[in-house]
Amino acid sequence: MLYSMDDMFNILPTVIVVAWATALILVEAFLPKKYKFITIWLTVLGLVVALVAAINQHGIEAEAFNGMLVVDGFSSFLNILILGSGILAVALAVGYNKRFGFDRGEYYIMMMFSIAGTMLMSSAADLIVIFLALELMSIPLYIMAAFYRGNVNSEEAGMKYFLLGAFAGGFILYGIGFVYGATGATGLSQVVTAINGGVDSPTFLLVGAALILIGLGFKVAAVPFHMWTPDVYEGSPTPATAYMAVGAKVGGFAALIRIFVVAFPTLSTDLVPILWGLVALTLVVGNLVAIAQKNIKRMLAYSSISHAGFILMAFLPYGDAAVFKSSVAAALFYLLAFAITSFGSWGVVIALEKSEGKGLLLEDYAGLGRKYPALGVAMLIFMLSFTGIPPTIGFAGKFLLFKAVMEGGYYGLAILGVLTSLFSAYYYLRLVIIMFMKSGEPNIVSDRWVTLVTASSAVATVVLFMVSTPLFAWAEQAVLKLF
Amino acid sequence: METEVIVFLILAFVAIGSAIGMIINKNAVYSALFLILNFATVAIFYLMLGAPFIAMAQVTVYAGAIMVLFLFVIMLLGAEQLKKADKGEWQKPVAILFVVVLIVEAVYLIFGGGGDLLPMINEVSEVGDPISLATKLFKEYFLPFQVTAVLLLAAMVGAIVITKQDKKS
Repeated sequence: MLYSMDDMFNILPTVIVVAWATALILVEAFLPKKYKFITIWLTVLGLVVALVAAINQHGIEAEAFNGMLVVDGFSSFLNILILGSGILAVALAVGYNKRFGFDRGEYYIMMMFSIAGTMLMSSAADLIVIFLALELMSIPLYIMAAFYRGNVNSEEAGMKYFLLGAFAGGFILYGIGFVYGATGATGLSQVVTAINGGVDSPTFLLVGAALILIGLGFKVAAVPFHMWTPDVYEGSPTPATAYMAVGAKVGGFAALIRIFVVAFPTLSTDLVPILWGLVALTLVVGNLVAIAQKNIKRMLAYSSISHAGFILMAFLPYGDAAVFKSSVAAALFYLLAFAITSFGSWGVVIALEKSEGKGLLLEDYAGLGRKYPALGVAMLIFMLSFTGIPPTIGFAGKFLLFKAVMEGGYYGLAILGVLTSLFSAYYYLRLVIIMFMKSGEPNIVSDRWVTLVTASSAVATVVLFMVSTPLFAWAEQAVLKLF
Repeated sequence: METEVIVFLILAFVAIGSAIGMIINKNAVYSALFLILNFATVAIFYLMLGAPFIAMAQVTVYAGAIMVLFLFVIMLLGAEQLKKADKGEWQKPVAILFVVVLIVEAVYLIFGGGGDLLPMINEVSEVGDPISLATKLFKEYFLPFQVTAVLLLAAMVGAIVITKQDKKS
C-alpha cells in the first residue's frame, strides 16, 4: 500500500475544502430558492474549519502520497494565506453578486475548488500534481471571470482568460515533458537526484525549465506574459477580480518557488539573466502603463502586474544557498502584504461600483475623502501600502525585499525597484489627490460585509506593520525546510 | 530499429500534416476528420511505445466517442456548409493508391509473417498493459488520479453554471 489514512490526515485542510465543496454542490442544488444564502454561510464555515485545521497543522513536516505532496512550513504559510483570502473574497462577493443579479451559490463552490487547487499547489512536490493543481486552481477562475452572465465584458474576460490560460497550461505541460525526458522523473526530489547525477541532455532540461517558467509567469502575470491581465481584471465581476489577483499569484508563486528552489538550483546561472530581464520588464511596464490608466480596475491590474515583478525579484537569488532563504521569506511576506492591501482596495472599488461599469473611472473618486472620510482614509492607507510608504505593511514588504535582493548582490535591480516604486507613487497618490482635493459627489453602496473587509484590511495594513518583525520571522521559519 | 525509425517518420509526417490540415481547413467536417486521422496516428505512436491499452483508449474514446460528438454538434449547428468549388475529382487516384498500399501491407503482414514489424508490436513491456496501468493509477498515482476527478467535476459544474439559462429571464 503506497498510501494510507496518514496521508489523508497530513493534507487535512485540502481534504476538508475539497470534500466540503463537493458536498456543497448537492446542498446548493436541493436548497429552495429562499434559503440559498445558506450556501454562503456554509462556504465560510468550511473555509474557517479548513483554516483551523491549517493553523493546527502548523509546524508539522511530513510527506504524503508517496512523496507527491510535502507538508511543511512553506505550505502551511500559504494555506493559511489563501484560506484567509478566500474568506475575505466571499465577504466581498455576497452583496455585489446580489446587486448585479447573479447571486448563484456555485460562485462560492467554484471559489472553494480554486482554493483547494491553490492549496495543493503550495504543497505539491511532483510535476504532475503541480500541473493538475494548477488547472484545479485556474478552471474555476475562468468560470468566476465569466460569472456575470449576459454581460459582454464578463463573458469576454472569461473567454480570454480561458484561452490564454489553456495556452499557458500547454507551455507548462510541454516543459514538464522536457524535464521528464531529460531526467526520467517527475517528482522534484527525483529530478534533483537525476540532475546531480548528470543528465545526458542539459539543453532539454533547460528548455523544460524555461517553458515551466513561461507558463507560471503567465499565471502570476509577469511581463511579457501579462497581456490578458488588464482585460480580464476589468471584465470580471470585481469580487472575482479581487480573488484572482491574490489567488492566482499565491498559487503561481508557490509552484514557481517550490519547483525552482527544490529542483533547479543548478540551473540558476543560466536562468538568472532571464529572470533579471523578466523582473526589470515587469517592474517598468507594470508601473509605467499604470500611469496612463483612467479606469481604476485597469490601474489596479497594472499595479498587480508590477507587484508580481517585486515578488519575482525576491526569486532571483534562488540558487544562492546563503541568501535564498531570506529572499524567499521576503517573497512570502510580500505576498501577505499584497493580499491584505489588495483585498482592501478592491473593497473600496466594489463600494463605488455601479451597474454598467459606472463608477469605475478615477474621476468618480473625486470628493470621496470629504464625503466619506473613513472610506477615503482606508483607500489612502491601501495606496500608501501599495507604494511602500510607512506606516504600512507594504513598506515592510518592500524593505525586506530590497534587503534580500541586495544581500544577493543584485544592486542594479534593487535600484530599479526603488525607482519604479517612485513612479508608482505618481499614480497611487494621484488617486489620493483626486479623492481628497477634488470636489465631487460620489455615492457609495452600503454593504456591511464590504465595509467590514475594507475596515479590517485597513487596520491590518497598519497593525501588521507594527508586528512585521515576528511576521517575517514566521515567514523565515516557513522556508527553513524548503530544501 | 531501422523499421521503427521509418515507421516513426511516416507517422510523424502524417500527424503533423493532419494537424495542419485540421487548422487550415475551412469546412468544419473536414477539420474534424483530419482530427480523427491525427488521433489515430497518435494512437499508433502509443502502440509503438509499448502502451497498447492507451492506444486502444485513444482510438475508442477520442477518435471514436468524442469525435462522433464533435461531428454531431457540427452537423446540428449547420457549420458544415461549404461553398461548392471542389468536387474532389482528384481524390479518386489518391484513394486508389492508398487502398493498394493498404492491401499490400495486409498481404505482407498475413503471408509474410509480419517480418520485423511483429517483434515491435509484441514488445509490449509491463508499462502499458491494463493491469500495470491500473496498479500505477490506483497506487503510485492515486493522488493525481483523484485530483483529476475533482478537476473534472469542477469543470463540469462550472460549464453548466455559465451556460444554463435563468428560469426568469
